[in-house]
Amino acid sequence: MIVQELIFYAFSLVMVFAAIAVVTVRNPIYAVLFLVLAFFSAAGIWMLLEAEFLAIILVVVYVGAVMVLFLFVVMMLDINLVPLKEGFTRYLPVAVLVAVAMAVELLMVLWSRGRFGASMFPVPAPNSSDYSNTRELGELLYTNYLLPFEVAGVILLVAIIAAVALTLRTRPGIKTQDPAAQVRTRRDESVRLVKMKSEKPRGT
Amino acid sequence: MNGAQMLLAAPEFWVLVMACVIMIVDLFLREERRGIIHMLAMLTVIFAAIITLRADYLVDGVQSVTAFKNSFIRDPMGDVLKVFSFVIMGLVFTYSKFYLRSFKLFRADFYTLSLFALLGVMLLISANSMLMIYLGLELISLSVYALVAFDRDSGRGSESAMKYFVLGSMASGMLLYGMSMIYGATGSLVLPDIAEAIHAQGSDDILLVFGLVFVVVGIAFKFGVVPFHMWIPDVYEGAPPATVLFISSVPKLAAFAMAYRFLSSGLGDLHIHWQAMLASLAVLSIVLGNLAAIMQTNIKRMLAYSTISHMGFVMLGLLPGTSFGFGASMYYVIVYGVMSVASFGMVILLSARGVEAEHLNDFKGLNQRNPFYAAIMGLVMFSMAGVPPMVGFFAKLMVLKAVVEAGMMWLAITAVVFAVIGAFYYLRVIKYMYFDEPENETTITAPVDFGAALTLNGIMILGLGVFSSSLIAICMTSFGA
Repeated sequence: MIVQELIFYAFSLVMVFAAIAVVTVRNPIYAVLFLVLAFFSAAGIWMLLEAEFLAIILVVVYVGAVMVLFLFVVMMLDINLVPLKEGFTRYLPVAVLVAVAMAVELLMVLWSRGRFGASMFPVPAPNSSDYSNTRELGELLYTNYLLPFEVAGVILLVAIIAAVALTLRTRPGIKTQDPAAQVRTRRDESVRLVKMKSEKPRGT
Repeated sequence: MNGAQMLLAAPEFWVLVMACVIMIVDLFLREERRGIIHMLAMLTVIFAAIITLRADYLVDGVQSVTAFKNSFIRDPMGDVLKVFSFVIMGLVFTYSKFYLRSFKLFRADFYTLSLFALLGVMLLISANSMLMIYLGLELISLSVYALVAFDRDSGRGSESAMKYFVLGSMASGMLLYGMSMIYGATGSLVLPDIAEAIHAQGSDDILLVFGLVFVVVGIAFKFGVVPFHMWIPDVYEGAPPATVLFISSVPKLAAFAMAYRFLSSGLGDLHIHWQAMLASLAVLSIVLGNLAAIMQTNIKRMLAYSTISHMGFVMLGLLPGTSFGFGASMYYVIVYGVMSVASFGMVILLSARGVEAEHLNDFKGLNQRNPFYAAIMGLVMFSMAGVPPMVGFFAKLMVLKAVVEAGMMWLAITAVVFAVIGAFYYLRVIKYMYFDEPENETTITAPVDFGAALTLNGIMILGLGVFSSSLIAICMTSFGA
């Protein structure tokens, strides 16, 4: 037990530190890398909760695909952060005031009656060794949550359509390859045979 | 889960399949034959209405049926709202075709995205769990963000889409946070189970109220009531009118269903808490909406602020928490959808080729240019102002009756006073149309189907008013009042 707790606190500390670093570091590349670190720590915590499938998916999909893509975008775009931070100090007093008020209210609610204390919930019993998290998840997705699952798919489809509809444009006057035309081309379109008299070498 | 249960969602499946079919058919169409897309879209909404009306699940006094493990609910209220969504959607498509054609924006994406948004509206109306509410909401929002930015060459369109997107994401986040609190307090995502859990443990839990605040924020944003109204004027002004037609009508019906299901079916025991929140939202919206609309010279912004005040009235109907109040509110939101579509249809009608009619001055002397369309605009404005026998009057009357019956006289008086103030800007449009000289003498031309749809819309506004009792009865029986 004590080992598990130590691991939990280690992952949690790293995650909180990384999450704060994401929004405070100046260099966007570092911010993305800290986000990767936060994801890894979250995956570790999920592993402790016996949610292996989610942990692996988080690493594979988010760290492996999404964040790498993000890193590419950040590197390609060469964002100048100075104009983005303009007006930061101007709005800071109001923002801090609102944020502090919200934080105090949240804490008052969360601490009010100990609804979220560890004492409120019994320690869940560990699952047996033949328990498969992936199988359970799959069964739930295709039975209880079939409709939400399908609708989530439709939402992703809409995202694709929207992205294409908003960005795809056919500009006139762009030189592009037409593979069909390239394949169809015949010899007499590209090769011209010219008849000419043979020339005598000079000097004879 | 069996086939019969699956069939309950037949209208949803139909719209989903047709949206995909339209997307694929468009790939094989040449540009001059795009009219087929419009036909297919109209066919979709007509058949969806027929499938919905041919419901045979209501036997032996059954009031509602659930499917997909309680995620989905089919009841008379949902059916009425869906059928009116289809009717309004048909009008939206007919009006938009004219606009899209004359502004060279006639692409199939508009129809695909609109149908996906309609699917979101249907799913939200039938949502019976917090998960489905969120997913339906996101399906509407994502489609609408893209529709707002549909005119890619318009800077204002992109700007308002961006504003809408940022604010909408914030609102979704708030809603999700509130849902997580409610889930934490009750341990269920399904609305009836939540109601049961709250009933068992008592409603004085601060955690529940805390979650409720965020849920109300999410609902208020979807309605666009003060103080969560910032996006409405900008989006109405910046987005293409074809999109505004949709935004201002159909999603409001879904927002009503969402508010009813969440607040009454799910959090009914917290009524005393959400009543106070809705009351302040309603008063602020009616006051600010009407006062700000007076100052507008842009017709779209004026209609935007008028939306805000109308949504305040819908809130008024919701807050007594009685079945009469819900019925009145549902009646109001349906009526508002019909009126709103007609008003933006007129804006589209007056838009000359490539130039949008934005200024109130564009309505000057409309009676001399075309008395028929001026009469329809007059109907719409009188109805929005709440003049009998137009339908808007009965909607306001029912809502106020519900509020008075709940013993909140001061709310009703405030609402009436500001509705009278609001009548000023509606009547100003009528004054412009009938008593001023036209600034622009070009004749107004519209395709036959556009004129027919606008005429039908005008007849609906007048007819639903003169024969208002039938629709009121339908709305009331949906809630068993």
